[in-house]
Order: sequence, then structure tokens, then C-alpha cells
Amino acid sequence: MPLFLNDEQTMLRETARDFVSENAPIAHLRRLRDTHDGTGFDRGLWRQFAELGFTGILIGEESGGLGLGHVEAGVVLEEIGRNLSPSPFLTTAVAAVAALEGSPQAERWYPGILAGETVAALAIDEGAKHRSGVAMRAERAGNGFRLTGAKQFVTHGHVADLLIVAVRTAGSTEDAEGVTLFVVPADAAGLTSTPERLADTSIAARLTFEGVELDGDAVLGEVDGGRAPLERLLHAGRVGASAELLGVGGGAMDMTTDYLRQRKQFGVAIGTFQALQHRAAHLYAEMEVARAAVLKAQQLLDAGADQADGAVSLAKAMSGLATTLSVQEGVQMHGGIGMTDEYDIGLFMKRARVLAEMFGDANFHADRLARGRGY
Amino acid sequence: MSDLDTFRAETRAWLEENCPAEMRKPVVSEKDVVWGGRDQSRMTPPQKTWLDRMAARGWTVPDWPEDYGGGGLSPAETKVLREEMTRIGARNPLNSFGISMLGPALLKYGNEAQKLEHLPKIARGDIRWCQGYSEPNAGSDLASLATSAEDAGDHFLVNGQKVWTSYADQADWIFCLVRTDRATKQGGISFVLFDMASPGVSTKPILLISGYSPFCETFFDDVKVPKANLVGELNKGWDVAKYLLGHEREMISGMGLSGGGNALIEGALATVGVDADGRLADPLLRAQIALYEVRATAFAAQSERFIDELKAGRAHPAQPSMMKYYGTELNKARHELAMAAGGSDAIEWESERSSGGRAARAWLRTKANSIEGGTSEIQLNIVAKRILELPG
Repeated sequence: MPLFLNDEQTMLRETARDFVSENAPIAHLRRLRDTHDGTGFDRGLWRQFAELGFTGILIGEESGGLGLGHVEAGVVLEEIGRNLSPSPFLTTAVAAVAALEGSPQAERWYPGILAGETVAALAIDEGAKHRSGVAMRAERAGNGFRLTGAKQFVTHGHVADLLIVAVRTAGSTEDAEGVTLFVVPADAAGLTSTPERLADTSIAARLTFEGVELDGDAVLGEVDGGRAPLERLLHAGRVGASAELLGVGGGAMDMTTDYLRQRKQFGVAIGTFQALQHRAAHLYAEMEVARAAVLKAQQLLDAGADQADGAVSLAKAMSGLATTLSVQEGVQMHGGIGMTDEYDIGLFMKRARVLAEMFGDANFHADRLARGRGY
Repeated sequence: MSDLDTFRAETRAWLEENCPAEMRKPVVSEKDVVWGGRDQSRMTPPQKTWLDRMAARGWTVPDWPEDYGGGGLSPAETKVLREEMTRIGARNPLNSFGISMLGPALLKYGNEAQKLEHLPKIARGDIRWCQGYSEPNAGSDLASLATSAEDAGDHFLVNGQKVWTSYADQADWIFCLVRTDRATKQGGISFVLFDMASPGVSTKPILLISGYSPFCETFFDDVKVPKANLVGELNKGWDVAKYLLGHEREMISGMGLSGGGNALIEGALATVGVDADGRLADPLLRAQIALYEVRATAFAAQSERFIDELKAGRAHPAQPSMMKYYGTELNKARHELAMAAGGSDAIEWESERSSGGRAARAWLRTKANSIEGGTSEIQLNIVAKRILELPG
């Protein structure tokens, strides 16, 4: 399979580009922010995503979805990133759909996701840095479980219909086994959600579980064997966040190169200055390299290849590095205007920071790759 | 079974049977690299066997047409062949500026007689080529070159000097940029081929900081070059040169793809060891290597993407500049890290256990990567102007 988009994927990109830039451009983000919207995204827009079939990209045709893959989900995510569009697409239609795949829970939740009615959130982080360890515990209670502990950085956690929660049912924090995934309804007794607005205006919740009681059928996959669906969730989330990062980094780069062509100082366009040309060209190279790493990971994941795990970490690390450079250069090359709220480039910087943290930053993934290579 | 699967099975079987065991060991020094040429005594018997067997199938240049000594393979088949060679660790049978630079230019700009004369010899490794581009006063500003070719009836008379001519002292023929019109800059350059054994050609190796002399000064004193050896049109050599430079940059960018496998990591493990968790005991070195590996592995994906796009005719014509820039900067970074990992062992220059200072010499060699074939700064200029379309 060649490492570029095929004709169908290119057509999907055009559809997504037109739709997202028309219906959810940066002005859309500003409006949600300036009206202090408490949801963090537009439910009407989420239903429009569903009408276009986007919410079913990763859902099989037998379940009413489009039966496509991570390349196609990434095409949509890149446009979301480019337009800084607030959307539950990554958590719900990508990561949660991947976690639910093949389980009885899928039948319950897929229809709502397909309809653009249901929003999912991922309760996987317990500290300020993403780690693979799980400390939060569940103990058996009757036919079910009782969950106690806390999670943070749960995007859309305050409005989600379902929460996918990684909990330890055996062993200790760093053990691979002994983790169980639970699907927790948002209205479960004993669950407290505290929404916190983040730098990019998105909202992530801190969740507290105080003896939240769940039936046995709340388990996603096997008891103590939650690593498999958790891995699916993480792979989809990581490669998806990478694609969105490409959109953010690419959008910032385009803004910056446009500015270099237009802004005049000393009587000439600043884009004629070699110092800036070289930095812009270097940035372009970093973004292209990141783009290749992301597409490679998407293709390997879609092919179910063994190398997909490493490729996904590589994609998240490289897209994080390249996009961080892109937004930093963007603000710097815009000069003073880049520091103003009125100008959009700063919004790219904020979104990139949030996405860089989601599902592990470049250091986390570089470390993970190094461990995989035995050092 | 698809045709491609059949091709893979047959290729695998053929390689297993025909690739000598010695040719499946990693390349560790210059003498392991085969350049071909008239002086066949430079090759060891296994090197010659491997080259002859591959050349007989056209597999030194698998995607060239069969009429010109190639294998006539499709892009997909070529990829399969490369994958199968990698699978058994088969060495490249032939390294050649003829294959990576002149060949593509001849295929595009050469006339039929030139193609039939030169391409099969390149494919077989019969003739070793060098490149006459840079001059003492025409480096990054290549088009200001002065070496002249005067019209002398049935031939040109070439006079002047080239510099940084890679392996000129070992080459049989040269592809050379010469000035045929002084009135214009780019528009007065022509592209000619001639035999290095011609009267009036002399070479002088240049000793480099690595202690090696891969480059030469090359002098032309009334060298007779038959007019039949002009490639493309008179005064249109700059087009050929630019096309060829794209291929050169593509080749050099490949240097960023660490051919040494885990050598960097193994070197670090050997010098600093591991901590209680089995991690490299120098955490800062470990972090630097890990972040380097992220870029290098991502660049490998980009190289794959670039080749796929090239084959599909979708790559931007200036993309080789980006690849050359990134690949060579990565290669330099890898060797800086390898030196840091190797510590005092790596700076030994003449000791036996360091294979004659291999690490240090290789490290110094890489410093030329971002100068030769157009400096990193020139590549960035090209990307800025032609891809990003920045003004000026």
C-alpha cells in the first residue's frame, strides 16, 4: 500500500475540509469561548457530523457504520485540528468506538454515537502526566463491583453519556494484567464530576468515584483482562490525536507562511529574509516527516500489523515535536501581533499544548520506544 | 496467489541460492563497498560473483528498461526485491554514481546511441563514473562555473579545473558541466561525458579531516571531447544538471537512514551499561538517543512516502531538497551521538581495536553531508522558494 492517500481518502478529505471549515472554523471556537458555553462543543454540529457519516467511520457496516479505518478517521481529525474545532469526535467516534469494538456494550452505545447523540469520555489518566500505570481500584461487591478513586484530564467528562474507566481489579499499579475497563453511565451514584476549563477553552473533568456500584455487565472485555480493549482505545486515541496535531501544526504553518509573504518591514516582505526562510523551510521538513510517521501508523493499525504499537508511539512523539515547533515558530514569526488574543495563531499554540499532553507527550512515547528497543 | 506473491517467492528462492554468504554480512568499511569499474581487481571474488549474478538479471538497476541492462521491473516488484534483499541482509551489489545520478539523467536527456552505449555498462559496473560539477570558485553558486569547452569542429576542447570530484582518481569516465557560452550564466552551460584516460586529464586527491581522500582536484588541459558526447542540447546542460542534482540529493538523503541497525544503542550500552531497571545508565544520553530515534524512524517513514510519491509522479520536484537537508542533518546527529556514546574509545585514531579509528573517521566524514550536493542552506533556500513560495 503506497504511503499516500488513495482517491477515496482524498475525496473524503475534500468533503471534511469543506464541511469543517464552513461549519466549525476558528470563529466557532471563539463564539463558544466568548459565550462561556458550558458544554465545550456544539451538539448541533455533532449531529451534523453524524449526518455525514463521520461518527460511524470506524464502526463496521454490519452495525450501520462506514466500516473505514484510522486513515479515514485521521483525515477528519486533521481538518478538526486545522480549524481548532471543538468536537467529541476523537474521544467518542475514535477512541471509545475502538474500545467498545466487538463487545456486547457496542450494541448498546453504537446507535447513539452513529446518531450524533451520544458522547463518550475516557477516564484513563490519574496524574498530571499520562502513564500506563493504573492505581484506581475496584472491589467485587455482590454480582458487580464497587469503584473508588479519582481520574483527571477527562475531556468532555462533565457532559459525557458514558465514561470508559480503567480500573485495577488485581495486582499493583504498574502491572500489565489486573486492569479492568468499565463502562460507567454518567449518572452513576457516587460519581462526582468537576469540569475545569483548559488553556485552549476545552473542558476536561476531574472525576471522583466514591464507592460507585456497577453490575458485572459494566465490564468491557474481561475482568482483569482490560489491557486488550485499553490498548485498542490508546492506539486509536494516540494515532487520532497525532492526526489532529498534524492539522494544528499544518494550520499554524500555513498561517505563518502567509504572514511571511504579506508582512512588510524595512520596505520588503519579511519572507524575503533568509533567516526566516530557513526556519520556515526547516519547519516544513519537520511537519512532512511527522505526516509520514502518522500515515504509516494509521496504515499499520488498519492492517492489524504487529509493528502498529511502536508506529503509533512514533506518530504521537513526532507529531508532538513537529507541531510544538510549528506553533512556537508561528507566534515568534508573527511578532507582537502573535501575542494578541485577537489574532488566531495563539489559539493554535494552546490547542497544540493540550493535544501534546493527551495520551502521552513526546517524551513519554520516546521513552516507550526506547524500552521497546531494549534500552 | 497474486503475481506479486509469486514474484516474491521466486525472488526469495533466487536470492537464497545466489547471494554469497559473505555478501550478507553488514558493510563495515570502505573496502566492503563495490564501485565496479575497469579495474576489476578491486573486487573480492564473492563481491564479483554477487555483482555478476545480479547484473545478469538486470537487478543492479531493477527498474530500468531491459534494453539498457535493467531488470524491467515494475515499482511494486522493485520494492519486493528490495524487501527481500533486506530480509536476508544482502548487500547492495554495486554502488555507483552511474546508477544513482548519471543513469536517470541519460534516461531522460540522452539520445538512443548514448543510452545504448553507456547504460548497460553502468548496470554491469564495467565503468566507474565521477561527477565534474564544483569548481574552486563555483560551489554553492554552481552556475558560475568557468571550465570551458571550445568548439573545435568535430570535438570540444575542454580546459579548466574541477574540485571535490568524488573518487576522480579511481573513476573511468566523468559527467561534466562545462561552459559553452560566456554571455549568459545558466544558459551557457553544457553537459558532456568523457573518458578520464583522455590526454590532458589529471587528478590530485585532497586529504580531508577524516584522514581519507575521497575527493580530488581534477584538471583539464586541452582535453578532446567528441561532440557525440554532448548530452541534451548545447547550452541546455543546466536542465540536465538540475535533474541529476535531484537524484543526487535523493541518494544522499538515504544516508540519514541508519544502516547500522542498533549500532548506536549497542555502543552506548557497551560504554555506560544499564541501571537496575535495565535502562541505559546515562539518562541524558538515553533521552538524546531516544529523541534522535524518533526523528530517524519518522524520517524512514518519510523516505518510504517520498519514494511512493515519486513513483506515482506525485512528489513536488523540490522535495529532494527537503529530504537531502533532513537526512544529512540526521546523519550528522547520529554520528555526534555515536561519538558521545563511545566516549574515549570512539576517538582512538589508529588503534587496532578501533579498526583504525573507524568511528572517529566516519563521524568526521558525515560533516561533509550537509555541504556536498548543495549545502543545507541551499536546500532550505530551495524549499522556502519553490515549495513554500516565499518571496525574493
